[in-house]
This record gives sequence, C-alpha cells and structure tokens, in this order.
Amino acid sequence: MLLDLHDVSKSYPTGEGVLQVLRGVSLSLDAGESLALTGESGSGKSTLLHLAGGLDRPDSGAIRFEGKDIAGLGDVELAAFRRVSVGLVFQQFNLIPSLDVAANLAFQARLGDRYDAAWSERLTERLGLSKLLDRYPEQLSGGQQQRVAIGRALAGRPQLILADEPTGNLDEATGDAVLELMLALMRESDAALLMVTHSNRLASRLGRRLHLAAGKLG
Amino acid sequence: MLTQGFAVLLSHWWRHKLQFAMLLLGLALATALWSAVQAINGEARASYARAAAVVGQDRLEQLATADGTRIPQQTYIALRKAGWLVSPVLEGEKRFGGERLRILGVDPITLPADAVQVNVGAADIGLARFITPPGLFIMSSETAARLKGVDTPPIRISDALPPGTVLTDIGIAQQVLDAPGQLSRLLLAPTQPAAAKPLAEVAPGLVRRAPAVESDLSRLTDSFHLNLTAFGLLAFAVGLFIVHSAIGLAFEQRRPVIRTLRAVGLPLRTLVLLMVVELLVLSTVAGLIGVALGYGVASLLLPDVAASLRGLYGAEVPGSLSMRPSVWGLGLAIAVAGTLVSAASRLWRIATMPLLAPARPRAWSLASERALRLQAAGGVALLVAAWLVVQFGSGLVAGFSALGAMLLGAALLLPLVLSLLLKLGERLSKGAIAQWFWADTRQQLPGLSLALMALLLALAANAGVGTMVQSFRLTFVGWLDQRLPSELYVTTRSNDESQKVHDWLASRSDAVLPIWNTEVRIFGQPVQVFGIADHATYRDHWPMLEATLDSWDRIARGEGALANEQLARRQRLKLGDMISLEGGHSLPLVGVFSDYGNPKGQVIIGVDELMTLYPDASRLRYAVRIAHDKAPKLAEELRATFDLPEENVVNQTTIKDFSLKIFERTFAVTAALNVLTLGVAAIAIFASLLTLSGMRLAQLAPAWAMGLTLKRLALLEILRSVALASFTMLAAVPVGLGLAWMLLAVINVEAFGWRLPMHVFPMDWLRLFLLAVASAILAALLPALWLTRRQPADLVKVFANER
Repeated sequence: MLLDLHDVSKSYPTGEGVLQVLRGVSLSLDAGESLALTGESGSGKSTLLHLAGGLDRPDSGAIRFEGKDIAGLGDVELAAFRRVSVGLVFQQFNLIPSLDVAANLAFQARLGDRYDAAWSERLTERLGLSKLLDRYPEQLSGGQQQRVAIGRALAGRPQLILADEPTGNLDEATGDAVLELMLALMRESDAALLMVTHSNRLASRLGRRLHLAAGKLG
Repeated sequence: MLTQGFAVLLSHWWRHKLQFAMLLLGLALATALWSAVQAINGEARASYARAAAVVGQDRLEQLATADGTRIPQQTYIALRKAGWLVSPVLEGEKRFGGERLRILGVDPITLPADAVQVNVGAADIGLARFITPPGLFIMSSETAARLKGVDTPPIRISDALPPGTVLTDIGIAQQVLDAPGQLSRLLLAPTQPAAAKPLAEVAPGLVRRAPAVESDLSRLTDSFHLNLTAFGLLAFAVGLFIVHSAIGLAFEQRRPVIRTLRAVGLPLRTLVLLMVVELLVLSTVAGLIGVALGYGVASLLLPDVAASLRGLYGAEVPGSLSMRPSVWGLGLAIAVAGTLVSAASRLWRIATMPLLAPARPRAWSLASERALRLQAAGGVALLVAAWLVVQFGSGLVAGFSALGAMLLGAALLLPLVLSLLLKLGERLSKGAIAQWFWADTRQQLPGLSLALMALLLALAANAGVGTMVQSFRLTFVGWLDQRLPSELYVTTRSNDESQKVHDWLASRSDAVLPIWNTEVRIFGQPVQVFGIADHATYRDHWPMLEATLDSWDRIARGEGALANEQLARRQRLKLGDMISLEGGHSLPLVGVFSDYGNPKGQVIIGVDELMTLYPDASRLRYAVRIAHDKAPKLAEELRATFDLPEENVVNQTTIKDFSLKIFERTFAVTAALNVLTLGVAAIAIFASLLTLSGMRLAQLAPAWAMGLTLKRLALLEILRSVALASFTMLAAVPVGLGLAWMLLAVINVEAFGWRLPMHVFPMDWLRLFLLAVASAILAALLPALWLTRRQPADLVKVFANER
C-alpha cells in the first residue's frame, strides 16, 4: 500500500471556536491507483489532501506512506518527503511567477535531485509546451498554466500526485483534455493519484471514488 | 456619503496598522531631519541678524574710509563742528581668557535713537558708570557665562546683544583695543541739518555707506548653511521614498475597494477629494511629529554647529534653540507638499481609471521591463543634465542642482542596473534553488526599488561625503605641516611689548619672523594683508599652488604679492595680474597658495612693504624658529619674563591640535547627518520588507509545498536582502565617487573658494559595505522570523483561499 490514512482528525481554531474539519477519516491508496474525493465546499476535501501531502499535520490518527508514518516527521523530513515523493497540482496552478516555463517544469524535480532530461523532454512534448518554454506564467492561458503545473508535478516521477480541483478553473472542454493528459502521463510514470473535485463527471473517470461529508467519509 | 466613504478609506489603515506606522514614521523622519537643519539655520541666521543689527548698522547710513582703515577722532570732531549729526563707533576683537570677543565702543550721548539697543540710562546700568573708567561691559548672559573668572570691567547683562559681542563706551573701547583716538566708522542720524558743510570739504577721506542689510557673516556662512540645507533635503528625499512606497502600496491594495465605492455610487471627484483629505490629515500629523523630532535632533547637533561656525567664521551662534513658528510652518508645509507630490501619480491614476478597470492588487510589483527602461532613460537624461550644468553652469545653486540631478539620475538608473545584475545571476546559477532565488529577487525588485533607491542615495552620500572629508583631512593635515612650520607662535599685547619681545627672542632663537597684518578692502571685499620676512621657513614650506620661479625674491624686494586660492579664484587672478594696495600702489601677483578654512581673501607681501603701506598694521605676532626640543623651555621663559598669558605663547602642536579639533567638529555635523540619512534608508528597506512580507506568503507557499523548509526560505529572504543591499552598495561606490568629485571640484570651489585633491579610501567603503549588509540583515530579520513561525495552516490557506 502506498498511502494509508487511519482515523485522521483535524480541527482549526476560528473566531467562533474550534472548527472540526475531519473526523476520524480512514482511506488507502495503492501504487498506480487513482482515487477521486468528492464533497461539498467545506467538507474537508482539501484539508485531507494537504494532510496526505505532508503540507499539514493531523490532530490525531496516522498517515503512512509506504508504511512509514509521516504525521510524526519534523519539518526537514516532511519537506524532503514533499520534494521527492509528492507532486501537487492546484486549481489556481500556483506556478512560480518569476520563473519561465522551462524552469517551472524542472523546479521540483531539480529540488529533489530527480531531474531526468529525457523524461522532462517527453513530458514537455506530451503537454504541448515545447514552444512555450521561455514564456512566463503571466503570458500563458489558464489551460497552458495548468499543463505546466501538471508537468511540474510529474517531472520528478513522484509516487503520489495530489490534485486539488485541477480543472476547476478551466472550461469543460479544456478541463477534460487536461485531465485526460494527466491520467495518461500518470499511467506512464506509474504514479498514484488522489484528486479532489466537485464534479461527479470527472470523478467517474478515475479508478475509485469516495465522498466526504462534514468531515467523514460516506 | 462623505463620512461613509471616508470611513471605508480609513478602514484600510485600521487593517494595516504596520503599513500605517511605516508611512507615519517615514514622513516624520523625513520632516525631522529637514526641520532639524531648518531650526539650526534659523537660529544661526537670527544670530547673524542680531549681530548685523548691533548699533543700527543695518538701518543707518555710515561714514567710513574707502579702504576700511580707521578714522582719526579729529575727523569726527571736525564733522560735529561742521554740523553733521554723527556718532562714533569703534569695533575690534580682543581675547579675554580663552574667549575672543567682538568689542563695540559707542558714544551713548550722540548715538541716534535707531541705533540704541541697550538703554544705558537704565537703573541697573547707569550712564555715569558706563562712560567713566573702568566702564561697563554689556553682553548676553551666554557670553557672561563663558567669561566667568576672567578679569574684565564690571559686566551687565542684556540679551539684546548677540553672543560674543560686548557693548561698551567708546573711550573704554579705545583703551581695551589699544586704539587711542581711533574710530572704525561714524553712524549718520537719519536727518541731517541742511546747513551742514559738504562731506568732501570736511572729511575728504570718508565715504557714505548704505546700511548693511546683509552682514558679512551672513554672506560668509551662506555656503555652510546651504550645505546643511542640501543634507536636509537629501534626508527628506530619502524619507519621501518610504512615503511614496507606502502610499503606492496602499493605493494598489485599495483598488478593489475603490472600484466598489465607485460602483455603489460615490462620484469619482468626491473619492479623489476624500483621498486628498486623507493625505492632508496624515501628512499634518506626521509633519507635527517630525518637526518635534527635528527640534530634538537640532538641539543635539547645535553645539557642534555653533563650534564649527565659531571656528570657521568667527560667527557666534547660541548653543540653545528657540521655538520658531517659521520652522513649524515650513516643516508642516514640506511634509504636506512632499506627501502630495509622492501621491500625485497615484491620485492621477485613480482619477483617470475606468470604473471597471481590473483590480490587480499586485500590479505595481509587476512593472514591465519597458517601464524600467523608461525610468532608466530618465536617469540617463538627468546624468547628462548634471554633466551639462557642471560644464556650463556656475554658482553654488548650479553646483547643487548638478549634484541633485546626478543623485536622482543614478537612483532612477538603479532598478535597471539591479535587474541586469540579477538576470546575470540567474543565468550563471545552476541549481533550482539558486535559479529561483535570483529570479524571485528580480521579481521583488519593483516592490523594493524605491527603498533601494533611498539606500543608494544614503550610501552614495556616505561614500561621497566620507571621501570628501577624508580627502580634506589628508590634505589639511599636510597643509598644516606646511603652513605651521615654526616651533612657537607668540602674540604680544602692545607694539611696545612687541619690540621688547622681538629683541629678547632674537638672541635666544634661530629666527624671529614677524606675522604682521592688517585688514583692508581690496577688490571691494575685506582682505587680510600679511607682511612676512624673507626666510627659508617660507621658501621651503609655504603651500604654493602655483608661483613664478623668483616669487620669494620678488616679495623680498617688495616687487610682488601672493594671494590665497580663494581670492585668486574669486577675482579670477592669474600670475602677473596687478593687486591694488594702499595709496594707488600695485603689486603683481607672483604666487597663489592654499589657505583652507579661511573664508576671507588673503594677500602676502614683504614685511617692509607692509609697514610702508600700512604703518598702523598690527605688529603683535611672531613665529619663532628654534630647535624642536628647546621650544618648550623657551616658551616658559618667555611667559615668565614678560608675564604673558599661557595662550599668547603657543607651540606648533597646540595650534595644529586646535585646527584639527575645529576640523573634526565641523564635520561631526556632516557625519551625524550622514548616519541619520543612512538610518532613514535602513528604515525604508525595513518598511518595504515588512509591508511586502504579508504579500510574500503567496509567492513562497508553492516553493514550500514543493519541499523547501520555512527556515531555508527565511534564510533565503535574508540573503535576498543582503544581495540587494550589496549590489546597491556596488552601484553606490561610483555614484559616491562622482558625488565626492563634485563636492571637491565644484561645490567647495563655489562655496569656499578652494579646490582639494581627491583621494580614495577603499577601507571606508568596506566599512560602509558591512554597515549596509548589517542594515539589510536587520531589516530582513523580523519578516524572516515571522516566516519561520508561520503555521502550515497559514501556508495552505494560500492554495485554499484562492478557490
């Protein structure tokens, strides 16, 4: 098993008191598997994704990656985990505006010392970014930016891709095309995918689907 | 509607308290340094005005000799007999203890009403006590305090008199100044009897002089005060960078609010008006704080300024400040005007912005390369303008204009230079982090460029003024060695004593060289004429800038004259030009010598020639040559034999130490203003980094998400600040050298009349570089610390918030 969340809870302090976002969630994901996580706004989908990616720590429960509990890791180890094992794709792309497309694509792979020129070139071609390598994010359309974000997530061949509404900012046709490409590339790199989405249509394209409501899996 | 709109605008500051504090701090500091300089200048000018107003010389016409020599008392008596309503004045300087005082002798009976400053008939003075020996010395309380324990006639206090000035009866003054039967000038009553005989008939040697509206002191010290004002303006400009940056950021952050306010029906004109009112309120509050702070700074600097003015110009300025409405008014006005100028472009943009213009809160930080190049073109144009002014302009104002254009031009060029350097760094870097570091730093540039421009100005001013001061010091120390080669300098108290001292010394030393002098008007300005003996002391050491081969021979033969650099420059004198002396006698110029620290023109001729032309010249001073080790013993014997006070026999080292002390105090003020300007620039960077730190999270979060720790990111933030400060320092060195050159070759020549050679001091730059780096680390430390303390929840909000 690649990823295993066991009885994970998470809350945040707010002005009106403590907000319980996740309540004893358990799920698992095998290598190469794709899982869609659906639910209403505020149901805790993004929080769960962040916990799985080592961006945040749970209040209780265990998060194991290849059998190792990442919830107890320190900042340095968690950062190393994110560098090497996780690829992140966000709705707003979150590219680095100061770097051009080529540098953005290679950034995380080089950070994790996992840069592979041949794979990178192939990714660039498959994503249709070959002619855009010297452009900056602000010079790209939304669809192009999201393709760069996908390329960046896959460039280091991480075992796990975490995608938070990756097509939420794109029109339906572009979103479909982008998702199709992402799934194909994931299969090529043998990565697992955990994707958060509102859309039942998109969720149905993934191997498995779970629904989150009020911090619990339904 | 107005209240609602205003409340919405002000709510921004409530939500951004730190930004508000930085805006107030920037403006207050800028106003503070400006006001400090104004308060100091105001105090000094008021003091000069009081000095000029003494015995009504700024209001009454006067009679005086054309060449400034004294008037025999008989001439005064003849004029009175001829019906002229004139009143005699004798003026001169005399040392009491360690204090040099300006003695003003007047005749209280004939003094015109306009000239009466102190009522000598008042009960605490008394006319009889004033005019009968030992007489009275009337002076300000500050002067009296300095004379404690010194033997003088009885003292009475009147604060109507400027510090350092003593008013006494003319008879007493003639005794004190050793000028029996002599007068300096005659004050003319405003109305003269019609029947009075013509002046040319009664006193052909006298000419009428208009009231001296501007005193010599005021004119002489103008350049000193202009220097201070220029520094005040520089500090203000540096402070305005903070204001411009803070206001610009606030406008951009409020663009969505502005759009909403307009969308719900607030007219554009009202909105702009509300923003202007908001700026007026802010600038008034900051201006008030700034002027109050300025008075604090001024009171700390004033003692050094007063000492400099006394040492350099003999100008007396009180050591304490008085509150001047003009300083408050000007401080507030410049704070308000500066704020409005800083905000003008933003206000214009709001006034012309379409209602549905996209609200991009960070548009300001994404300035295009084109804008950078446009700004740089403006910078180049200013540098060219500075060069043209140096080539073709003249005068102090032109000099400072060129200086201002050069500094502003360099500041405008800075962002492009930094951008190119950072691009080079990005190109040369190999690793992902290094590449991101340079690229991200370049992206931060527009947001930080104003603060960095402020830093450039402060660093360049430090490097430039430091180079100037150090060059000056090096030259000055060497010059002192040349100018003061004799082992002892003796001042006697009378001509009789002078002769006796000379005879006594002649058999006990290697040489006794007269330093006799008088002050006359040459080329229409007061000039000191010195007579010197023909001796190797002068031939071997005198600091000549240019001279004919036989200059010393010609001076010895009474066939030539030397002029100091400032007189030669002022009158554009060349070797061979004639200098008109007493009674139509002229001598050719045979040499020009450097004479630092002397505001007046100086001419040197042979001592015999001096005594022939000016028999009344002071014959009190001598330079004594003797083996160095024998000098202290001789000085002791001389004092004992003639009962001379300690200060009348001084050795070379004491004079050099004293001169260097004046030098140090003169530049202590400059150094203090330098440090304060650098402090303002450091605060500008701190303010910018602090303000940007809130917005940096969105840019740093993706890098963190991809595997960089917060500690590493924080370290990179500090490194970024250090890199920018270092590059700015690199850019500041050539600008500082340019500034130093302009100060030495243009401003000093215009202001003081002398030009100094330029030396460079790399170790000083290194120290400045370390200071800049330390400031950058300090400025970045707090935002970096905050970053390390961020919770993951804050960072993931960056991704979640945007959904």
